[in-house]
Amino acid sequence: MDSTRRTFLTVSGAVAAENVAHAQGHDHDHVHQAVPSDLTLRVKALESLLVEKGLVDRAALDALVNTYEHKVGPRNGARIVARAWVDPNYKRRLLANGTAAIAELGYSGEQGADLTVVENTPKVHNLIVCTLCSCYPWPVLGLPPVWYKSAPYRSRAVIDPRGVLHEFGTELAEDVEVHVWDSTAEERYMVLPERPAGTEKLNEEALAALVSRDAMLGMVKIAPPKEGRP
Amino acid sequence: MNSVHDMGGMDGMGPIQVEKNEPVFHERWEGRVIAMRRAMAATRQIPASARPAIESITAADYLRMSYYERMFTALVEQLVESSQVTRAEIESGKPAKGSAKAIHALTASEAATLPFRVPPVMLSVAVNPRFQAGQRVRARNLHPVSHTRLPRYARGRTGVIERDRGVQAFPDTNVLSLGEKPQHVYSVRFAARELWGERASPRDAVFIDMWEDYLETA
Repeated sequence: MDSTRRTFLTVSGAVAAENVAHAQGHDHDHVHQAVPSDLTLRVKALESLLVEKGLVDRAALDALVNTYEHKVGPRNGARIVARAWVDPNYKRRLLANGTAAIAELGYSGEQGADLTVVENTPKVHNLIVCTLCSCYPWPVLGLPPVWYKSAPYRSRAVIDPRGVLHEFGTELAEDVEVHVWDSTAEERYMVLPERPAGTEKLNEEALAALVSRDAMLGMVKIAPPKEGRP
Repeated sequence: MNSVHDMGGMDGMGPIQVEKNEPVFHERWEGRVIAMRRAMAATRQIPASARPAIESITAADYLRMSYYERMFTALVEQLVESSQVTRAEIESGKPAKGSAKAIHALTASEAATLPFRVPPVMLSVAVNPRFQAGQRVRARNLHPVSHTRLPRYARGRTGVIERDRGVQAFPDTNVLSLGEKPQHVYSVRFAARELWGERASPRDAVFIDMWEDYLETA
């Protein structure tokens, strides 16, 4: 291996290790591996083997990765929420049959064959989890974040939802009912958050910009827009 | 299986760590793993569900591994079990001499539409529902040694049928190729206190989707 190549590997390996450390919330007080991670090499080797055997086509893998990175994500869900806020008839259809209502806006697919949308109100607060796995409504929210798939969240959301919400900065009054939806079967869930006050004059696009992924999982409420900003 | 993946209600898993502006994939290999899994499942070269293989990962490894490392481990196991590759090929990274080349891999154009196609979940089989909305039911005290979607924390607990979600294949038998065993799936509402006693708020509830075979009249 020549020195240029070695330098490149050192840099990319360190970046990759740093990403992992960051994702796990580690302090940066240890030396990062200076070569590509074991998994980078093993996955690359498996992909080459499967391509050589004709079991996968690299261009098909590229297309799938491109979809997961760029074509699905919480922007889709935010559009749904904004539409439901401005159109009471759409909201009624969305709560009655989530799958059909998101299809009206062009969204459908894997991990969304049966979508139930649950509405947050001043009296009921909904929270989505998958204790057994990491089930998540891909067509409207994309792939799940690391914390949603993590043991701390999956173990605690069902037994201590108010404690979990507190950690996300969400405080609920005693008389609010917390409904936790454990996605154990094929049904996938999304929360329709409460529309914040002071948004009466905003159009659908500006409303969609207020809606976060975490709000559509029931982790947070949507704050009213700040003065001078939508 | 009563393995560590069934973690609802466990203590001691540590704090929830949220990363701001998290990328879809932290490393390139993660995207390749999920893409390989979806592509090969779509052409039925490996089982549709990775879950039985993921749930078979030993507890210590399961907790140590990231989501995508578990998916990679399960993918390798399912490729070998499905006789698509041998362990020797995985070790060497090369196809065995004289091994047949697969006839059909998912193409790029098929892959472009795959994530947007809705897989059939509901079965169009007429099956009479055993339970109705509003009825009290108890989750059976079942402890299968293979895949199940009946979480441990609900077993033996009493709830109320919230709604009927229609007829679906029963995963416990389906993943073992023992038949679809079509049956109704119900959303069942459990009072949080029924599941967790005094530790829970008296107003809260957990909703769990349950196949009919998991339930009995209460």
